[in-house]
Amino acid sequence: MTAALETVGLRKSFGALAATRDVSLRVEAGARHALIGPNGAGKTTLINLLTGVLRPDGGRVLLDGADVTGLPPQGRARRGITRTFQINQLFADMTPLETVALAVSERRGLGRRWWHPLAAHTDVLDEATALLQRFGLGDSLRTRAGTLPYGKQRLLEIAIAIAGGPRVLLLDEPAAGVPEDERHEILAIVAALPEDVAVLLIEHDMDLVFSFARRISVLVDGALFVEGTPQDVARDPRVREVYLGEAAHG
Amino acid sequence: MTSRHWEWVFWIAAIAIPLLFPSKLLLINEIAILALFALSLDLLLGYAGIVSLGHAAFFGVGAYAAGLLAKHGLTEPVSGLLLASAAAAVIGFLSSFLVLRGSDLTRLMVTMGVALMLLEVANRFDTITGGADGLQGVTMGPLLGLFRFDLYGRTACAYSLTTLLVLFLVARRIVRSPFGLSLRAIKGNRLRATAVGVPADARLVTVYTIAAAYAGAAGALLAQTTQFVSLDVLDFHRSADVLLVLVLGGSGYLYGGLIGAAIFKLMQDGLAAWTPQYWQFWIGLVLVLIVMIGRERLSAGARRIWARLARQHAGEQPS
Repeated sequence: MTAALETVGLRKSFGALAATRDVSLRVEAGARHALIGPNGAGKTTLINLLTGVLRPDGGRVLLDGADVTGLPPQGRARRGITRTFQINQLFADMTPLETVALAVSERRGLGRRWWHPLAAHTDVLDEATALLQRFGLGDSLRTRAGTLPYGKQRLLEIAIAIAGGPRVLLLDEPAAGVPEDERHEILAIVAALPEDVAVLLIEHDMDLVFSFARRISVLVDGALFVEGTPQDVARDPRVREVYLGEAAHG
Repeated sequence: MTSRHWEWVFWIAAIAIPLLFPSKLLLINEIAILALFALSLDLLLGYAGIVSLGHAAFFGVGAYAAGLLAKHGLTEPVSGLLLASAAAAVIGFLSSFLVLRGSDLTRLMVTMGVALMLLEVANRFDTITGGADGLQGVTMGPLLGLFRFDLYGRTACAYSLTTLLVLFLVARRIVRSPFGLSLRAIKGNRLRATAVGVPADARLVTVYTIAAAYAGAAGALLAQTTQFVSLDVLDFHRSADVLLVLVLGGSGYLYGGLIGAAIFKLMQDGLAAWTPQYWQFWIGLVLVLIVMIGRERLSAGARRIWARLARQHAGEQPS
């Protein structure tokens, strides 16, 4: 069966530093897959290679078996790879409704329309509103995104990525920086993501990883180190040494 | 009052003022042209986040195109305006690829460089443009075959204000469309915009071309209503002035360029009569105050004073 997202021998170096070494990763359709690894393991570089922000030095990225290595970020987004960012990347001066409506209208190929007002595209606004309500942002539809509380901004991050209608969703530390008492909202949203979307979660929080993932890949020094079910990974003594051990100390 | 009411008040005033001050029609014509030019820059700066210190490039191309068309036989103003605007759009499209990437500083330098080059091209080919002497022999036919351009500026003023209104309405339509939303997204956060599928480069090329067409229309209006074109239309001060106008009026809501143009021209007119040599001192002072204090705080202060006056007024008149 074709994987939803697959990399073949992906490589990337920054000068002498090999940030990604020959990574071949398969994320199956509808997967709940987590990518973990200590700081500096190359997780962010890998995400940037998958989304097209960076060009690889070698290797390929396949989406549903089709080679997308040559596509820029917007091309990959339109093919169905969307992402959230570890550090919020929102449009501070736009409202959540405008933000999500943008993602919906781009997905539907309306972004080049310059004559019909957005307000006339009621189907786009309705879809955006429904999505935001599902994310508990229904009461802040018209608040400037920059003034939303941090937890709501994190939810908006995920809502934008979902609005793009992904085949593959890359979640880059979705709960990063969210206070303990607001985390459950993020966790509930992540747990309720559509079944048919393949999700690759990049995360430090082991509780979240083990509650969410059905498959885990461990990245160390830019290379895939171990891959398996959560039980396999948790039991693997090498993983405990390089990663879990470190996390326990840290 | 809602913003819709304000818009009606604004445009009724724009139509009433020329009727109330018939001796100021030439000044009002200049304001309308500068307003259109500033509106053009607002599409770039206020919506797409592209700074420019060379916007006179497109104003100048429009002005020379309109002047040359009229000189060589096409004296009908509206078709001249459209063709001049199209000529500016072509130059805008070609130069847009230079401003797609880079910091604000690179964009400032690149846009300024393009305008400087065009100025020297116009200077060099003086057999066509008239060079430093200006383009002589521009004569316009009557507007719509009916209205001659008169010395008092009646036709000129009506023509420029109508063009401004029509292009303003088109611009308002553009910024409220999904395309306009994607421009604001690129300005706000290009990384995120591309991550939701916005092809940033293509959108910026489009808006830069549209803005150039607008600036070209403004330049064409100047050439047609004054029936003269000089190298001044491409001069650096024109690019700097229009940026100043937009800062005066505020960018990103379309009316800023229009309000800024009125303030700028009225200050220039009033101060030039009072202190002809030093009027730029006061423009400079206002500019520094606006940038240092910030327009929002200035307008908030004005609102507080207004509210206090309104309260006092209400206190004097028991209801």
